[in-house]
Amino acid sequence: MSAATQNIHEYLAEFEDIPGTRVYTAARARKGYWINQFAMSLMKADNRERFKADEKAYMDEWKLSDEAKEALLARDYNRLLDLGGNVYFLSKLFSTDGLSFAEAVSTMTDMTFPEYREMMNKGGRSPQGNRSIKGGY
Amino acid sequence: MARITAGVGSSHVPLLGVAVDQGKTRDDYFGPIFAGYDWTKQWEEAQKPDVVILVYNDHASAFDANIIPTFAIGCGESYKSADEGWGPRPVPDVEGHADLAWHIAQSLILDEFDMTIINEMDVDHGLTVPLSMMFGTPDKWPCKVVPLAVNVVTYPVPSGNRCWALGEAIARAVDSFPEDLNVQIWGTGGMSHQLQGPRAGLLNREWDNKFLDLLEAEGDAARHIPHIEYLRETGSEGIEMVMWLIMRGALGRKVKRLHRHYHIPCSNTAIGHIVLEPAQ
Repeated sequence: MSAATQNIHEYLAEFEDIPGTRVYTAARARKGYWINQFAMSLMKADNRERFKADEKAYMDEWKLSDEAKEALLARDYNRLLDLGGNVYFLSKLFSTDGLSFAEAVSTMTDMTFPEYREMMNKGGRSPQGNRSIKGGY
Repeated sequence: MARITAGVGSSHVPLLGVAVDQGKTRDDYFGPIFAGYDWTKQWEEAQKPDVVILVYNDHASAFDANIIPTFAIGCGESYKSADEGWGPRPVPDVEGHADLAWHIAQSLILDEFDMTIINEMDVDHGLTVPLSMMFGTPDKWPCKVVPLAVNVVTYPVPSGNRCWALGEAIARAVDSFPEDLNVQIWGTGGMSHQLQGPRAGLLNREWDNKFLDLLEAEGDAARHIPHIEYLRETGSEGIEMVMWLIMRGALGRKVKRLHRHYHIPCSNTAIGHIVLEPAQ
């Protein structure tokens, strides 16, 4: 059977050591609950139409903070991750905007979409130097 | 008696579904990916599985942020393709095997795996893309499917060890089902990819291939890989690979590798595919 049960505090602390990554922990899930539920609602065609017709009015129907509404209007996905958004939920917004997953993801990096696409075609971002903030490996 | 005759591992990138639905599977970009599944399509035609236990994750489609089941088993009669924001994929409905699914669910609970049971749900690309990769574009899927959804999104997700043990318990459950059935188990998702944050686009060919080597090897070393290693080495979404361990755990200590394929990239993701059969 498994080794001794992992301590939850140690388990979560390690996640903060990964460069450029917000692991979707329970704390983020709690914080971003309504951002994610709002995004989920865009799976329905009627809701997509209503949102597109008046983004602000549609968002007012949800328990979203002003900060969250601002980040959603700006499609600032890194900010949304900080506010507890999760990429699989936010992807309903990518689709509503007619953006491919790769293009939407590229907006979270320091690259343009063509640059990002070229990096992927050349084998992706190397893990070298991207594994640990403290360790630098 | 029902038996697990083979295990299949495969990525389930949504763009693969788009390629199938738009007839682009042989173009320059997708050709090398789909060529790696040609062998498996022929093999599946010969194998004719009655049922596939399809281990996948729901991507905020059937489950919203409200309810987060760690392990959930579909015990319904049929499932429709989910609308993930651009309309449902035009694929056949997925037919369940309610008798086998309920048998597995009950057996697992007695075996101390406290499953969530789902009667009705839509299934997203996590489940329909692997069906398209293995069976192409038939009017009707050639087998029944028992969906097994794993939370690999909200942390903590289940450990590799727990996933492996669940696979072992699924094999015991299938073995005790009285009807003669040829059952396969598929583990899907992965391989390395990160879809969020400034580190997005991370891929790790070397690590992915070491993981495939471990799956082929005798024994169960892969079950002990900790979450932090997946996160550091394979990107934030590479954690989906724990679902391959449910498949591998169901096959026993020793397996024979029948087929293996690896390709970079597909959209943001490294594509991996393996076909194994129990070797005891």
